[in-house]
Amino acid sequence: MKPPAFRYHAPTDLAEALDALAEVGHDGKVLAGGQSLIPMLNMRLAAPAHLVDINGLSELAYVRTDPGGVAVGALARHAEVEADEAAHAVVPLLRQGLRLVAHPVIRNRGTTVGSLAHADPSGEMTAVLALLGGSMTLARKGSTRTVAVEDFFVGPLEASIEEGELAVAAYFPRLPGRTGTEFVEIARRHGDYAMCGVAAAVTVDDDLRIVSARAAYLSLSPVPLVLDLTDALIGRTADTAVWQDAATLAAGSLEPEGDIHATAEYRAQLAGVLTVRALRTATERAALVDPNGTTGTTSTERSAR
Amino acid sequence: MTDTQIPTEQRLDIRLSVNGVPHTTTVTPRRLLSDCLRHDLGLTGTHVGCEHGVCGACTVRIDGKPMRACLMFAVSAQGHEITTVEGLAEPDGTMHPVQQAFRECHGLQCGFCTPGFLTVVSAFLEENPTPTEEEAREAVSGNLCRCTGYQNIVKSVLRAAEITEERKGCAHAEGDAR
Amino acid sequence: MTTKMFGAPVQRTEDLRLLVGNGRYLDDLGEGSYEAAFVRSPHARARITGIDVTGALDVDGLIAIYTYEDLTGRVAEPLPLLIPHPALTHGRTAYPLAKEFVNHVGEAVVMVVATDRYLAEDACERITVEYEALPPVVGIENAHRADRLVHDDVPGNCAAHLVQEVGDAPAAIAAAPNRLELKLDIERSACMPMEGRGVYARWDAADESLRVYTSTQTSTGVRAAVAAKLDLPLDRVECVTPDVGGGFGVKIVHPWPEEILIPWAARLLDHEVKWTEDRREHFISAAHERGQLQTVRVGFDDDGRLLGLDVEILHDNGAYTPYGIIVPIITSTQLLGPYKPGAYRVDFRSLYTNTVIVTPYRGAGRPQGVFAMERAMDAIADHLGKDRTEVRAVNFIQPDEMPYDHGLLFQDGRPLIYDSGDFPGSLDALKKLVGWDEFEAYRARARAEGRRVGIGVACYVEGTGVGPYEGGHVQVETTGKVVVATGLTSQGQGHQTVFAQIVADELGVPIEDVTVTTGDTRRFPYAVGTFASRAAVMSGNAIALAARNVKAKALRIAGEALEADPRDLEIVDGQVRVKGSPGASVALGTVAVLSNPLRYAFDEASKAATQLTGKADFSKPPVAEDDEPGLEGRDYYSPPTATFANGMHAVIVETDPDTAEIRILRYCVVHDCGHLINPMIVEGQVHGGVAQGVGGALYERMEYDEHGQLVNASFMDFLMPYASEVPKIEIDHLETPSPLNPLGIKGAGEAGVIPAAAVFASAIEDAEGFPITRMPIQPSELFHLRKRFAAGEIPALRRGADHAAGTHR
Repeated sequence: MKPPAFRYHAPTDLAEALDALAEVGHDGKVLAGGQSLIPMLNMRLAAPAHLVDINGLSELAYVRTDPGGVAVGALARHAEVEADEAAHAVVPLLRQGLRLVAHPVIRNRGTTVGSLAHADPSGEMTAVLALLGGSMTLARKGSTRTVAVEDFFVGPLEASIEEGELAVAAYFPRLPGRTGTEFVEIARRHGDYAMCGVAAAVTVDDDLRIVSARAAYLSLSPVPLVLDLTDALIGRTADTAVWQDAATLAAGSLEPEGDIHATAEYRAQLAGVLTVRALRTATERAALVDPNGTTGTTSTERSAR
Repeated sequence: MTDTQIPTEQRLDIRLSVNGVPHTTTVTPRRLLSDCLRHDLGLTGTHVGCEHGVCGACTVRIDGKPMRACLMFAVSAQGHEITTVEGLAEPDGTMHPVQQAFRECHGLQCGFCTPGFLTVVSAFLEENPTPTEEEAREAVSGNLCRCTGYQNIVKSVLRAAEITEERKGCAHAEGDAR
Repeated sequence: MTTKMFGAPVQRTEDLRLLVGNGRYLDDLGEGSYEAAFVRSPHARARITGIDVTGALDVDGLIAIYTYEDLTGRVAEPLPLLIPHPALTHGRTAYPLAKEFVNHVGEAVVMVVATDRYLAEDACERITVEYEALPPVVGIENAHRADRLVHDDVPGNCAAHLVQEVGDAPAAIAAAPNRLELKLDIERSACMPMEGRGVYARWDAADESLRVYTSTQTSTGVRAAVAAKLDLPLDRVECVTPDVGGGFGVKIVHPWPEEILIPWAARLLDHEVKWTEDRREHFISAAHERGQLQTVRVGFDDDGRLLGLDVEILHDNGAYTPYGIIVPIITSTQLLGPYKPGAYRVDFRSLYTNTVIVTPYRGAGRPQGVFAMERAMDAIADHLGKDRTEVRAVNFIQPDEMPYDHGLLFQDGRPLIYDSGDFPGSLDALKKLVGWDEFEAYRARARAEGRRVGIGVACYVEGTGVGPYEGGHVQVETTGKVVVATGLTSQGQGHQTVFAQIVADELGVPIEDVTVTTGDTRRFPYAVGTFASRAAVMSGNAIALAARNVKAKALRIAGEALEADPRDLEIVDGQVRVKGSPGASVALGTVAVLSNPLRYAFDEASKAATQLTGKADFSKPPVAEDDEPGLEGRDYYSPPTATFANGMHAVIVETDPDTAEIRILRYCVVHDCGHLINPMIVEGQVHGGVAQGVGGALYERMEYDEHGQLVNASFMDFLMPYASEVPKIEIDHLETPSPLNPLGIKGAGEAGVIPAAAVFASAIEDAEGFPITRMPIQPSELFHLRKRFAAGEIPALRRGADHAAGTHR
């Protein structure tokens, strides 16, 4: 299990990186944290002719928080995003999801943007970005574009990153008003890819009645799936909600597939259970949110080398 | 059959700082950090158990943070301080509290996974010097061991925290004596 | 005063190296050697129609490519069938490289040697093998149905068919007042040591000798096999076992194809060659174990006492049978556990499938046997509405019935006679430890909280320390240091420590002065290997006997030097002294000097010794006729039969009513392996076994698809437990010494894993209220069992309902 040979490019800034990507075209792959890519290389499931290592791009090693949300640069490690207090204050779902990404040692190296670019439908960050309605910033030599999450995930392990493009940042917007979130999942072993995971966001009004309830599903569909479950819960409070109604509503839109760890039917069962659990906690949290609370702008930068 | 010309592989001169010692070596870009440490630098204490990042035997500390050496290329480790199991003990040979604790608590059997546990636990205790049993268990839950059933590994983590504290006490006592 | 080491939780000497990165495992050796990689079959069953290596020839660093056609002499013959048996009528073994057919995914077809492993893998990728794919045989039922054959000349895919009988079981069952039949299924897992296999060979052309380092459980076995295959005299081959990163059984198989091919290539190329197995190779080309289908028929009286037991086993042996039929033999004999079966009949068929070979994995057939027997015990208790421990107790062999002869032949071909054990005592201890009698109250409280809990129990007896023999060599050096060697190997069991403990006590020396070498044929060429929980029993006793020989000799020589009767001497802290007069003493190192008459004094010790020798006795030669120079001793231990350890486990589980997740609340072990040499190490062995048991019961399985592809061949999908999946393990020990050996010890290595599948099935069944007949079990499966149960497709546990009704009528 040794990786195949490739031509190595080590740009030291973004411009160089984009030059390199333009040059190598479809034969190239970007190396950031490498926690998904390198296993595939070691098993020789991938054999790119070129690898563009962006670990030297200090300028992308940031977590920037403003009142509207959190921008995460391509070189910010999961662990850095997870530990970022300002980011947590504005978008708590980030930490709620990140603590479920593999094991801490993997999070020390793996990058949040990298896992989004990898577009694995069982990757927690894909569900987080989808539920928040976030976006990705993609740069190529000479131009930059922003892609909304709905357009970003195209299929399993397939994102709308074009040849020569680099995912330079992800933006996780803050959810407005009294909104609480939760991320729950069930994996065979602690730290494994989940058999099913649910991220939920619930908004309540001043009387703590539910006005919006949405959930994003992990490992259940080729691309992250977000369902609006408001109809099942609208006007209810944490105490009066019939959570199972939301699970039933969700079930109609879920078409899970089976694998060696969980049959499709079992996955559907888990989706129902987790929908209830995530919505309930999110609703309880929503009640605790101060809708007028403000947050300043902070930035955590790290030199890459 | 493949008729394609095999291109000559790139070779790069790299400098790595391992356990405070600078090394220079020449590697191909695909050289995994685990292989470079073991076979180019002769630091065979870092073990390779799966080469897909799951078992944790190859875990080393990069700028203090534990990472999988089998999921990094040696060339990417330039400019960072790498700590391997060989670098945990004091320069005078005194075992690191984690090493001492693993011995006292029988936290290892075949010893193959052990270096990965030691690097992870040494970093963990710096962040959390007084863990609960549950936190200790969680801290080692990203590393596989096939021998110990983890019972004594969890005990070792807690014992290592005690030893660290005891040693601090001793250092203070010595300081006071002076 | 020397502290007694035997029985003390002595810290391990090996750890001083292993903890600081100074272990030396196979791949840590041989810098600069060539490295090998293999092209392995992607098909479960196929005929090789062509191999084209031209694409690989330009790979930088390529040294050599070998296919079957290149193999010479006996290397071109099939690998040995290690353990022949009269019932193994159709044993088959592989060629080191596939000759014409491949019979499982992962079988080696081409060996590439290059200057490093990266380049060797590059070359492998560029070699084209053409196959004519053939439909494979996958799964025990398909193998048994035999619509297709794995080997054309093996009818019914049946490698072996063996029936053992004591009394007339079918008749006893037919005549019994109660009868039950169970269909059981247990799936494959694997040893999966953290270090895979590996071989490194050095050929010395000038000396025409070979040194083979291999990550093995038997260095003497590999040595003999390599010498035979390479047609070398035994004294030209040495085999050294470095630190081994876990074995658990898979490394007792030998010679692996690579253990022949690597030394062969090293000699051919006149250059060091190494092969380090990677994880993918380990999954598809090493070995698995466990897979069996069982039919159990029991007849019993109204107390639950067995009157007849009839078991039929279909055992999946994979594509070849290099290790014979040891696993099903152990299943069929150790199934009996601590019980008297009444009349017993066991019938097994060992069947070929197009999958990786099946050879012993820790427990070696016992977990399956215990599963069969303990499922039957639970079923009997359920049928009669009795407490599960009560039914077990009425069937126990009692302490005063020891030794107990089952009238069967064990895996070593010798009678199955239990030497000792206190089964009622073990069960009492377990019930106390887990709180068996208080569980119903706990269950009621849990139920009130909407929680579903269950308790399980399982008992086993384990034949340990099987022969034929092991040896030990103990030598006191002139420095007073003691060097000890035994031939069997170590994979983390702490042999260097426990054998040193034994020698320290026997010889009266500080343990720090004792150094132990294992698994190095240069130091001790006669050995069998490390398996079957035999190392402490076999080598421990052999070393103790050797140390006693050394002590006798030391006392004799010291007696002459001190002019004292050897019977008045003792050895304390490395000093031979007259009991009660510590002033008159001589150091063991000096005795070592005296034992070896020297012409030349070479250091202080020998000078001192020369002064002490005093007047020579001119009537005798310097070395007496019946004596040898040197203060050393060698001895062997070869028991008539195995010694039988036992244990009982209980587990409390909670099953989630919604997600069907299975949580372990408590895991309790009562274990009896006779005297404990080092309780810390014994408990460590139990811990590790239990963790593997948890894995085998709840997480691990080998998932083959219909094409014979192992679809979960990685640590991502083969789910070995992390610390987060293994519960806290509570242990209580009984120490019923073995009467068979001088130290009174029994083996402990495999114990922890043996009853795990059975005890989890028992507890999950108890929580759910319907029978569990298939292990391992994962939440997804439990979810579907519940659905089938709800739909009436699975019967509820009876809890004695019908039976009680019947007896009242």
